[in-house]
Amino acid sequence: MKRFLTLCIALFGAAFLAIPSAFAEFPTRSITYQIPFNPGGQSDVEARRQQPRLEKALGVKVIIQYKPGGGGSVGWANLIKQKANGYFMSGINIPHIVLQPLARGNAGYRTEQLVPVALFQATPIGLAVMKDSRFNTLEDLIEFAKKNPGAVTCAGSGTWSGHHIAYLQFQKMAGIKLTYVPYKGAAPSVAAFLGKHVMALWANSNDLYQHRDKIRVLGFGTEKPFQPMPEVPTFKSKGFNLMASIDRGAGVPPGTPANVVKTLEKAFLSITNDPEVKQQMLDAGFVPIAMNAEESQAYINAKVKEWAPVVKEFK
Amino acid sequence: MFDSVLLGLAQVFEWQNFLFLFFGVFMGIVFGALPGLTATMGLALLVPFTFTMAPAMGLIMLAGIYVGAMYGDAIPAILINTPGTPAAIATTFDGFALSQKGKAQHGLVAAAFSSSYGSLTANVVLALAAPPLAIASLMFGPPEYFWLAIFGLTIISTLSSGFIFKDLLAGAVGLLLSTIGMAPIGGDVRLTFGFPDLQAGVALIVALIGFFCLPEILTSVIGQRRATYSSEKVKPTLGVVKEVISTLIKRPVLMLRSSAIGTIIGFAPGAGGNIASMVSYNEAVRWDKNSEEYGKGTVKGVAASEAANSAMAPGSLIPLLTLGIPGSPPAAVILGALMLHGMKPGAELFTTHADITFAFIMGLLTAAFLVTFIGSFGSFVFARIINIPSRFLAPAILFMTVLGSYSIRNSMLDVWIMFVFGILGYVSSKLKFHPAPIVLGLILGPFAEEGLVQSMLAGRAAGGVVSYMVFRPISLVLISFCLLSALWPLYASWKARKRKSTLSEEGSHA
Repeated sequence: MKRFLTLCIALFGAAFLAIPSAFAEFPTRSITYQIPFNPGGQSDVEARRQQPRLEKALGVKVIIQYKPGGGGSVGWANLIKQKANGYFMSGINIPHIVLQPLARGNAGYRTEQLVPVALFQATPIGLAVMKDSRFNTLEDLIEFAKKNPGAVTCAGSGTWSGHHIAYLQFQKMAGIKLTYVPYKGAAPSVAAFLGKHVMALWANSNDLYQHRDKIRVLGFGTEKPFQPMPEVPTFKSKGFNLMASIDRGAGVPPGTPANVVKTLEKAFLSITNDPEVKQQMLDAGFVPIAMNAEESQAYINAKVKEWAPVVKEFK
Repeated sequence: MFDSVLLGLAQVFEWQNFLFLFFGVFMGIVFGALPGLTATMGLALLVPFTFTMAPAMGLIMLAGIYVGAMYGDAIPAILINTPGTPAAIATTFDGFALSQKGKAQHGLVAAAFSSSYGSLTANVVLALAAPPLAIASLMFGPPEYFWLAIFGLTIISTLSSGFIFKDLLAGAVGLLLSTIGMAPIGGDVRLTFGFPDLQAGVALIVALIGFFCLPEILTSVIGQRRATYSSEKVKPTLGVVKEVISTLIKRPVLMLRSSAIGTIIGFAPGAGGNIASMVSYNEAVRWDKNSEEYGKGTVKGVAASEAANSAMAPGSLIPLLTLGIPGSPPAAVILGALMLHGMKPGAELFTTHADITFAFIMGLLTAAFLVTFIGSFGSFVFARIINIPSRFLAPAILFMTVLGSYSIRNSMLDVWIMFVFGILGYVSSKLKFHPAPIVLGLILGPFAEEGLVQSMLAGRAAGGVVSYMVFRPISLVLISFCLLSALWPLYASWKARKRKSTLSEEGSHA
């Protein structure tokens, strides 16, 4: 019912308020915040946490709208078609927005068409085995895989996703061959792993943190140790320069005026720098980050450079 | 444990909590009943409101929504042949036939009572045996899902109206439609015809509205210019409530079997209620002596479907509460709510947080009772919807189909797909194709594909695909079910022939 109401309000709002007011300060009316995933997913949880705080910071209503499908691509294809005035923004996820156009040819959008406003949350990716596994360390797994190419099965969420690319990069760096079994999302891959249908698991830090008493994490794709689980080594400390994470942020359509981006950026950064929000994220196994628009763009560009050859090689 | 149960019950009956439970059930019924709105959306919308509530109160409200939605989806299934959520497809088979006979209230009461029954049974299982069942749920791997999907496809033979070739063809069309969009494994983009939006594939609910709801409007209302949606007027009475409930109570095997099927399929993570109600309906037809009554409007058919899909809800909470693995999309939202209140699924949920956990479980239980209560009294109102003249009802339904198709993903393309399917459905119903096999193929296609490809990947790594897929306890059971189900029609026709020949022999002696 509520969705219908918001929909109606949004429609009426669009009809009556579409007259651009060039002189008024942005924003003067409600902002649509698109989530390109299903309600209840992590991107949604984050947006719901931000919603009241965004409304306070911006002084206008923020309406969350779902546009799921294609691992986010349907929503991002929709984003670039919207008016570039800041009244329509969308959650953006890395590596999705980098890998989809690389792997699919026509994903409906190009990476450079999405203008990042800020990145506010990182979810490091780790490689884990069960507590009773024969692999006690990353070295054990590598040694076994060297002797038995392809025998180690590892689950992960999706193909040409963060987990898949981490697997491809790790394989190459370590000079081994594993078997990657993709699942349609994190939850089914975790279930398959806990049910011992695969030997190892590529997963996001929050899932690994949640099941920490049953599993052994062999490594995290982070620069510094993952704060809630400091005892776990990083791939870097083991000699593999593997930086793997799922990063969440917000973006706007191409051509959005700089002052509008600045206003939104400030609102998002003030929220992610709020100590209460930071603590909530850490408690759930996430890493709060605060990258402004410029830093986010540089980060995305660096990732494009890093992954384009990998996708090309394995596609 | 017994005191935890009582403590939980006491919390449910605190007046504020009970009020929120009632509100939750009501909202759940609304979300379930409107095609295009789902239990998942209802839960996700209301989770933010639980932030500021006490954990028990918030979870009790969510329990109400989940249980309510599992019943709510039966209302449009019975009245206008449109399942409110995919889980209620099987409810349409007999539910809509009932309302066509002027017995909409029978269908509604049967749905409410059997929803409660299924929900209650599964809740008792959840409260008593969650930890061991959760371990069993983990035994479901890729091969098991593949065989479960194949078993699901054998249901086509039961749904068949006699032209098995047509039904198989329809099932194949459904499987083909399920491949539109991104491949579940490999990520290739298939059959999008250049529409980037089709990467998301065909939304199930859009197909349901298209194949079930539109053809009905086109044939009966526009084609035959019927004044009302059903040829008979409904006159709800209290007698019907009593009659239906006593009929169903006298069928304990049907009710228990349906609830058990729902619970088991519910706790296998990911399978969900869509399959549960189909499998349960199929078994109800198979084991009933008067199987010819099904599909023509019997409360037993409605009960089989609704008991199973409502039992699925608590079933899907078994792996969630014990292991933190959500067995269905709504369960995933509930997981989020639990985590927000600092409750980590696992053993400590039943020890440290036992009071809140049992308040939640008792909330589910009480919600189940509320469903019978609201459903029985609500049936007086809901059933009368059918009496509204077509010239008002048909446009309203058309409007709802557009809104429902749009709102599921905020996509205009979905509305066009719905219309295309509607016309296809209309043409194929003229050619005597049943839409159910199409939708069955659409639901089960991804399960079968995913299970097969994952099994092949893991099987190759283990040194043998066939042995990996067959020699597992649950796989073997499912394979034998598949064989049984596929060969059953042959057995049934042999038995019928034998009965006929003995009858005619007796006739000749007399």
